[in-house]
Amino acid sequence: MRSTEALGSDVCLLRPIEETGRGFYITAGILLLGVLWGVLAYGSQLSRGLGVTGLNQPVSWGFYVTNFVFFIGISHAGTLISAILRMAQAEWRRPITRMAEVITVLVLFIGAGNILLDLGRPDRALNVLSYGRYQSPLLWDATSISAYLTASLLYLYLPLIPDIAILRDHSTRHHFLYATLALGWAGTERQIRVLNRAIAVMAVLVIPVAISVHTVVSFVFSMTLQPGWHSTIFGPYFVVGAIFSGIAALIIFMVIFRRAYRLENYLKPIHFQYLGFLLLTMSFLWFYFTFAEYITAYYGSVPEEMKVFWAKFTGDYALFFWSMAICNFAVPMTLLGIPRFRTITGILIASISVCVGMWLERFIIIVPTLSHPRLPLEPGSYLPSHVEWGLMVGCFSLFGLLYMFFSKIFPIISIWEIREGREVSLREVEDRVRSYLPGEQGEDIAAEGVPR
Amino acid sequence: MARWGMVIDLDRCTACGACVIACKAENNIPFVGPEESARGHTINWMDLIPGEEHEEGSSAMPRPCLHCDDPPCTKVCPVYATYSTPEGIVAQIFARCIGCRFCMAACPYTVKSFNWFDYRQDGLLGAARNPDVSTRPAGVVEKCTFCHHRLQRARERARAEKRPFRAEEYLPACAETCPSEAIFFGDLADPNSRVARLRRSPRARALLPELGTKPKVVYLAREERHEID
Repeated sequence: MRSTEALGSDVCLLRPIEETGRGFYITAGILLLGVLWGVLAYGSQLSRGLGVTGLNQPVSWGFYVTNFVFFIGISHAGTLISAILRMAQAEWRRPITRMAEVITVLVLFIGAGNILLDLGRPDRALNVLSYGRYQSPLLWDATSISAYLTASLLYLYLPLIPDIAILRDHSTRHHFLYATLALGWAGTERQIRVLNRAIAVMAVLVIPVAISVHTVVSFVFSMTLQPGWHSTIFGPYFVVGAIFSGIAALIIFMVIFRRAYRLENYLKPIHFQYLGFLLLTMSFLWFYFTFAEYITAYYGSVPEEMKVFWAKFTGDYALFFWSMAICNFAVPMTLLGIPRFRTITGILIASISVCVGMWLERFIIIVPTLSHPRLPLEPGSYLPSHVEWGLMVGCFSLFGLLYMFFSKIFPIISIWEIREGREVSLREVEDRVRSYLPGEQGEDIAAEGVPR
Repeated sequence: MARWGMVIDLDRCTACGACVIACKAENNIPFVGPEESARGHTINWMDLIPGEEHEEGSSAMPRPCLHCDDPPCTKVCPVYATYSTPEGIVAQIFARCIGCRFCMAACPYTVKSFNWFDYRQDGLLGAARNPDVSTRPAGVVEKCTFCHHRLQRARERARAEKRPFRAEEYLPACAETCPSEAIFFGDLADPNSRVARLRRSPRARALLPELGTKPKVVYLAREERHEID
């Protein structure tokens, strides 16, 4: 173990890996109980059948599919935001990207897992490979999500390599793990050049894949003929909602880690402000899509569409619908729009509200359509059972738990990128900004050969 | 090749429900019991659903699977567990279905049912089941097959007797049972068959024709009986 002096003040980023406090064990214990509840719930569903849930005919999709869409949506926090910020060379991204990328990878597993939870015959899940039918949007999902998972894993791992090398050199624990994963990183000029190139390529690659993921998730619904689902804007509508909820989830975790690992020096109010503005923008965009979606249905007044429409606006699902509208629009508008409320606490509350609201949005898209079939049948009802609640708590707990474990093995803030920001970018940015400005004696213009 | 289809005359239908019961007995459809039924777990391949409103009140109409020519359900199945046979019957492979219920969500006529639990019965009810129709395990989707096993049996009998198979030999249980003879069944590919002729009647109506699913089960609308005063 070499001395950690080279790291300077950034050595505090290794502290969560070196020492573990009581708070960690208590939180992990609580989350473990949540996971246990989920495991027990799934055990009973597996042994007795999906009948232990509140699902029925005609509401044959409920919490599991809602969670699937919600978690896959959250996954856009990461890779997409990190990739866009990296490509835009937004310097304030540096302490944020790692956290975002981890969310993506973990949540993709949980989201895809929810489809397995929803299957009547999970033992036959591999039939999708042996008898796969590419006409089915579910196969599009499987393809897109596996591509996204692979790309995000790679995109998480690449910028992690120099940090793993730091851990290999400085940490007393997990030496074999770090030595293997560091791939012989020595920080030579060539290595840095190759790594930066690889990260840049992945950042470009990951954006279309991420957009395709939530587009095809929406296609599961919009490719059917059902009222309220069969809509052309569902692809972009879902993508916008995904990025919206993703940013909110990212902010929540930033606040938690900032408090738990004392990262106030790295995650400053300005980071929350910038993400808050992004969240506010997405809130407007979400409102615009929602408005366009419902005004079209309302103006057209197709009877079957209207049954679903009124169920949401004034009927059985009005409580959920209006809560969604408040959580996704009114709350962020107030807390993020009025400067006095735009504190870290205010931004946190807005983010929690958006996460709740976006979950409700997924629910409100799935259930009311199913409970109002086209034929003149009695409207269906849906009340999730304790099994579904258990699995939902289990999923959220598992997400938190895995995230905590990650932060105990790898630094949650990219050490080398912070250092790079301090040592290289500070100068580069000055040069860059200078290049934006009009040249002092017209030398830029002359150099580029543009006629006067 | 044959194209099997059905015509249900709502003028003759008395909504007695005999077709529903015949279908249940023929296809080993489980009786789930009152509690399960109240939870929305009833399985009916043939069902009575509320029909059009008229002056005597509203009436029920029998609704089997409509066996669309362009079925929204088969398109979305990820594993080819539901598909159209060459003769146009929308079939379900119980042994392959993974239970994702996408086909249930996609069917605009809500005809598909799910085995929420293992409803296979032992004892007397189990012993009384039809050996020609396989029972379904928990976790798979099931649906009306136009009593496809009856078609196979009729074909086998014709082959054994070394004579050509005639379309009239094949009749699903609901059509056979209907006491008011409201359900007609036959080969739509033969323009002179009774179902083909009835389909051309001005009273013939498809359910939700605007969806373009082209159902092979159509209804003959109730005739106007009340003079305009």
